[in-house]
Formats: sequence, structure tokens, C-alpha cells
Amino acid sequence: MEEKSMSFKKFYTSFTIIGAVIAIFGVIFHFLQTSNGWKKLYDLPWFIVIIGVFIAGYSIFKNLTNKNEDAVVDMSSRAIKMFFLNNGIKIALGIMVIIIMIIEPNFMKLKVLRDILAQASPRMIIALGICFTLLIAGTDLSACRMVGLAAVISASMMQNPDYANRFFPDLPHLPVIVPIILAILACMIFGLLNGFLVARFDMHPFIATLATQVIIYGACSLYFDMPPNNSQPIGGIRSDFSAIGQTLLWKDKLPSNIGGIPILIPIALLFIIVIWFVLNKTVFGKNVYAIGGNREAAVVSGINVPMTIVGIFVLASALYGVGGVLEAARTAGATNNYGVGYELDAIAACVVGGVSLNGGVGKVSGIIIGVLIFTIIQYGLQFIGVNAMWQQVIKGVIIAVAVAIDLSKYRGK
Amino acid sequence: MGEYVLEMNNIVKVFPGVKALDGVTLKVRPGTVHALMGENGAGKSTLMKCLFGIYHEDGGEIILDGKKENINTSKQALELGVSMIHQELHPIAYRPVMENIWLGRFPMKGIAVDHKKMYKQTKELFKKIELDIDPAALAGTLSASQLQLVEIAKAVSYNSKVIIMDEPTSSLTENEVEHLFKIINQLRSEGRSIIYISHKMEEILKISDEVTIMRDGTYVGTWPSAELTTDLIINRMVGRDLTNRFPPKTYKTSDEPIMEVNNLTATNPKSFKDVTFTLRKGEILGIGGLVGAQRTELVEAIFGLRGIESGTIKVHGEDYKAKSVADAKKHKIALLTEERRATGIFGVLSVLDNTVIASQKNYAHMGVLQGAKRREAAVTSNKKLNTKTASMETLIKNLSGGNQQKVLLARWLLTDPDILILDEPTRGIDVGAKYEIYTIMQSLAAQGKAIIMISSEMPELLGMSDRVMVMSAGRNAGILNKEDADQVEVMRLATKYLES
Repeated sequence: MEEKSMSFKKFYTSFTIIGAVIAIFGVIFHFLQTSNGWKKLYDLPWFIVIIGVFIAGYSIFKNLTNKNEDAVVDMSSRAIKMFFLNNGIKIALGIMVIIIMIIEPNFMKLKVLRDILAQASPRMIIALGICFTLLIAGTDLSACRMVGLAAVISASMMQNPDYANRFFPDLPHLPVIVPIILAILACMIFGLLNGFLVARFDMHPFIATLATQVIIYGACSLYFDMPPNNSQPIGGIRSDFSAIGQTLLWKDKLPSNIGGIPILIPIALLFIIVIWFVLNKTVFGKNVYAIGGNREAAVVSGINVPMTIVGIFVLASALYGVGGVLEAARTAGATNNYGVGYELDAIAACVVGGVSLNGGVGKVSGIIIGVLIFTIIQYGLQFIGVNAMWQQVIKGVIIAVAVAIDLSKYRGK
Repeated sequence: MGEYVLEMNNIVKVFPGVKALDGVTLKVRPGTVHALMGENGAGKSTLMKCLFGIYHEDGGEIILDGKKENINTSKQALELGVSMIHQELHPIAYRPVMENIWLGRFPMKGIAVDHKKMYKQTKELFKKIELDIDPAALAGTLSASQLQLVEIAKAVSYNSKVIIMDEPTSSLTENEVEHLFKIINQLRSEGRSIIYISHKMEEILKISDEVTIMRDGTYVGTWPSAELTTDLIINRMVGRDLTNRFPPKTYKTSDEPIMEVNNLTATNPKSFKDVTFTLRKGEILGIGGLVGAQRTELVEAIFGLRGIESGTIKVHGEDYKAKSVADAKKHKIALLTEERRATGIFGVLSVLDNTVIASQKNYAHMGVLQGAKRREAAVTSNKKLNTKTASMETLIKNLSGGNQQKVLLARWLLTDPDILILDEPTRGIDVGAKYEIYTIMQSLAAQGKAIIMISSEMPELLGMSDRVMVMSAGRNAGILNKEDADQVEVMRLATKYLES
């Protein structure tokens, strides 16, 4: 077998150059477009610029963080095969996006990208929560109902004073932060219950969170059914609350082809950074990976396993709570059925992003990709008019194929 | 039948980045025990996995009974008359023993499984190799050694021509090893061949007819056992002279007690009772005994992993309750567990993460890790122990057993223990790494740390310990000074409280 390799530095430097060339090409393309009036291509040049900048930035980052001077990149045919296997789902996604763009050139708009990111944001926060429970080889089925609970609680206290059908007719004007905190706290109490059941009784998270899920739905419905609301959808949401989910930042300062950045994107970004930090830079995060990697060894190493498990479920529930509040704000309303199916979507996104259900393996970057894949596909299929039933079929196929590819990495004879 | 029942010629197996086997040859005569030896990582297991269809060789040929075979699955290997007893057993714990044996080839009555017949067949099989186990007992209720013997019965049931035994005695007591040898002799006299993998020289010389030695994935040679000695084997395995199996003792032990254990009794009535001993500063206290003597249970209780009913422990003269691992760590006690894979390593995590996991708090400020400090600690402590790893980011599961053990040792040394408990520290580790671990132990003792070492390997127990405590049926049967400790005395004490 022939052994081919290339120095790490050279490899990534060449990618930096390629990225820069692509970016410059994009800029030139943009000027050609404006001078020639190629309206049909929409924002394609900008997409090219973004791709170029991303490639260059990623390779520069790789070069800067590389500590080993003599590192080489394996360029054998086997390594290249492995590359395609490792990134198969991303490549498939790229091809799909290109196909969608060809069918519907409208897709090549920065606004589309913006909407996809905004749509992905609440899901991202929920997926980040659920990934903790997956990392310890558990799961959390109660995520969906916690989203619903947080949505109902926060929305119920955030109605306009002159709205006819108020949940609490005599409620004074509360600062926005109060119902948000109450909603998140309510979720955390149930998260504590999850953690207690799992840690104290060694219950499998599947069962513990299934029980909690049912309890939360019941409790939430009871709350929702209180007179005078009597299970009416909550509406008439105050604009200062819905602003949390609907505001467009820099609406007037950005060019019209973007038209403002939805506030959900920076909020999700903030949580991504926080969770990345927790997982990679704190004792708690390392303990999560250790418990997932080998629970017995974690006990022997002196890690407080029960406390860590409780911490995981409480932290996760807080994130679902945030997700629920954002959902209520974004849609300016809530019912007790908010969030249904979110837990399975989030688990699927994590798994497609490389989080192992056996525990101990998973990265934030993978979760981001997983969530984006699902959002892009859903949005894209809707965009080209694939009907909802087919969308479901395609989504299922993606889960199966992505995980099959991921697992085949580990098998190999 | 030709001269050989099995010929493996010039076998080559390549893994990404490593040539695991490079032209290895193994020729086994019918009706012989053929020992396969080599340090860990020499490629013994890989070679056997090629034979058993778990891997497929990239080059070379496998000839069974004079016919070239292309073995792709384990099922195929079994059908061709090759069976394998794995080093680590994975029984289906909640199913009966007999179902574990006949899995995949249950006797049938129409479309239903014929349990009666299965029971009878198993009974006969066990009778043949003098095994007294109820075929209907759940596999999970059997001891490790019983399971090992059941595995052997399974191999016999396949009527195999070639039986591969990968470290079959690692969990057996001396008596059980005798029993195993009796079975092996019986199989040999029936004309079956056995490929026997073990690190234990004495066993090899006793049971085998021929020995093939491998080193770093290459073939060193094959010799009749009669021409070999322990030293010769070691020489050829490591490719260098290893005159001493144990480093010479250079440190002095003090009389100052560091831990006093008084009448310690476990919550579990079947476990240890009334154990009293004193551990001194700068000594290596060996704990010997048969499997089931509750040695592991004792040290796990001292480490806060098991319940204590009564008795006291004093560390540095102060009462120590041993309630949790955190408590043990506070009292500067460290434990390297017996089951490296089950309770030691975090396979999916990096060497770095594995090294610092027990001392994480030292490199954190308010729960936030200080990356550079953490890394430096891991690098220095692994360097001290001479751990061989491609990088700190390498996953620990990709390291050899000896290097994994060094990482675990590094992990506990980072907690800066005064008392270091090592449970079978060299199990499944090759000769070279063993010697290194012995050296580390001695240098720790020289620094005034106290070491408790549980060992089932008699030469190691006698060679390394300053004193030997022998346990028998959960009790302390006696403590021997180095001068008085010999194999006979240890065995006498080990059987002291056994009910016959």
C-alpha cells in the first residue's frame, strides 16, 4: 500500500489560499452581477463569499491551534475514503442544497439563509439541553412537555391589559423577566425530579423522563384549563414580550437583501458558546463525558455521579425552558400542546451530528450541524413545494442513513 | 492428514497506520499443545482473530488439514473445526448456561427448541470434562473461573480440531488451573490441537509441546518446549536480555505505621470478616490468596466503594470512615482497580482526559478548567511513567494494555496519594511493561509511599512484596515477612479457612 501524506501546515495553508480565492471570486462575481444585471442569480455571489471565508477561516484556525510542528495529513486513498465517510452527511446536504437552488433559484437569497438560522435557533437550544442527557447514555423524553410548560406559563402572564380573554384578569403589569424566570424555574423543578429519579433509584432515563413527561403534560393542562381560560389558546401577547422572539436587529442599517437579523440568532449563539464552554472547559463538563464514557470508572475516580446526573437534568430542563419561552415569544401565543415532538427532533439532530447514544461521545459543533441539517432540509423541501407527508419520509430516511454512515466508521474489518 | 493440522503462512495484517502482522507463520501439529507467546502488542490476538474470521488477513495463507481456506466469519471458522476461547468472556448473563453453549445451534423439535435434549447434551458434555455445574443455572451466577471452564466445554462441543485458548488461566486459581490442564491433556490425547496463549512462563513450559514466539508483529521462531527455559523465552520475546524479572530492591522501609485496619468486617456477610493489619510507610504489602478470598472486596471497602459493618481504620493515626471515594481521596488513598476496562479506563476519552479525571479539581478555578495546567500535569506524569502514546489526544482505547495501565497509574499519582492500592497491577501486561511498573512501584515506596498490591501471580507476589498478607475465605490467614514467604507457605495459608 502506498503511503501518501502532506505536512499539516502546507495542507491547511493551501486551503486558506483556496478559500481566499473563492471569496475574491465571489466579490468579483458580485460586481459582474451588478454591472450585467444577472437578477436570476439573486445573492449567489455572497454565498460564494461566505463559503470562501469559511474555508479560509477554518484552515487558519486549524493552523493556529496546531501545536505539533511535524504533524502530517494522511493523504492515502484510505484516508480520503474515510474523509468522505466522516463527512458524508454534510456532502449530501451540500448536494441537496445545490439541487434545491437549481430547481428554485429564489433559494439563493441571504434572507433565506437568515430565516433558516432563525428557525433553527430555538431547536438548537433544546438540542443543546438534550445532548447532556444523551452524553451520559441517557435520554430525555420530557423535553417536549417542558417546552410547552414554559411557553404556557410565560405567555399566561404576558398578555395585554386590554385583551378580552386574559389568563389572569387582574394581573398587574409584570416586568418581562419575571414570567421568564418563573417559566424556567418550573421546568427546572421537573428537571430536578428527572435527575432525582435517575440518580437516586438508578432508573433508566427513558422511563424516568417518560413518567415526568406525562406528569408535566397533565400539570400543564390543569394550569391551562384554569378558569377563566378554560383551555383557550393564549393570545394577546404583550409586544415587549414577543419582541424577544420577533425583533429584527439593525433593520435599517443592513442592506435590504438581508433586512435585519432576527434576535433569535444571537440568543442561540450565546447559548452555543455557553454550552461549549461548560462541556469543554469546566469540571462539570468533563465529568459528564466521564460518566457517559464509563460510569463505573467515574465512580472509582471519585466523581460525584449522582450530583452530576441531577445537575445534567436540571441544566437541560433550564434550556428547554428557554426554548419554550422563545417559542411563545416568537409565535406570540401558547397552548398546552406546544413543543410536541421537539424531543425526538432534538435527539435525531444530536445523533445525526455524531452524538453517540452509548454515551461519552459528542461535540457541540456536531449538534449545530445536526440541527442545521434538519432545518435546512425542512425549509428547503417546503420551498420547492414537496408536500408535508413526503417531508416526513425524507426526514426519516436521513436519520437512518446518517446514523448508518456514522456507525460504519467504527466497524471496518 | 499431513504433518500439520493448521498452517498459517506469511500472514500480513495492516491497520490504518500500523502493520500489526508482518509475515507471521504458525504451524500446529495434530494432537499437540502449541503455545503462542509474545509481549502485548506483539500481534498474538490479531493473528488468532485472523484465524477465527474476526479479521481478514491482507496477505498470506491459512491451510487447514492441507486445504487452503478463506475464513471470513467466525461461524465459518467453527464449521471448519476451529474454536476460540476469548480472553474476556461475554456470557449472556440472564440466560441459562446451556443456552449459552448451544446458542445458534439449539437442538430442535419441529419449530420449537428442545430444552430437554439440550439439558441432556450439556450434562453429558460437562461430565466428559468433569465439570460440576447445573446446565440450567443462569450464566450470570457463575464465577469467572466457572465461566472459563464452560467456555472450554463449549469449544469441546464443537468437536473442533483446533482450539484457541487466549489467556485461559488469567482468572483461575491454582487448583482450577490443574483441572484445566487435565482437560487439555484429555483433548490432546483425543488428537485435538490447542493453541495456547499465556504470559505465564511456568504454565507454558509445563503444558505445551511447542512454542512459537512473536515480537512486534513479526515471527521470531518455533521451538520444542523441552529446549526452552523461562529466560530463553523472555529473551526471544523482548529481543534483549532481561536477567531479572524484578528490579533489585534499593529502598528501605520504615516501621512507622501509616494505616491501621482493625477487625474490619464487610456489610455483605459473604465477604471479608475481622481483618486486621497494619500498613507501614515505604513498604509494599502484598495480598495473596485464592480467587474468592475477598481481597478485592477488602481494598474496595477501604477505598469507600463497599459497605463496612464494623471495625475501624486509622490513617496517620486518625479515624477514617471510608464512606465514599471522595473521603478516601481526602485521606490520600488511591486505588487502581482490577478490571482495567470495566472500572478503569474511559475508552472513548483521550489520554489527557483519562489522566486528569481523578485530580480535576486541582486544575480548576471555580469549576472552570485551566487548560494549560491540566495538560502540563498530564504530560509530566505520563512522561514520568514512560507511557507510549502518539499524543495526549489519542483515545485511550487505542493504547496497549500496559500503556493503559500506566495512564491509570499516572491518574492516581496525580492525586498525590500516601497509600496506593494496586489490584492486580500487571494483569494482562507484557513482560517489558511489567518490569517498568515494578520499577515505578519501588521508586514510590522509596519516596515513603505505602503500597498495597493484590496479586494472584505467585512470583510477582513473592518477588515484589516486603510483606505478604494471605487471605483465606475473607479472613486474614497470616502475614509473612519476605524471608519467610515462599510458595508453599502462601498456599498453606491461602487454604487455611477453606471448608472442604
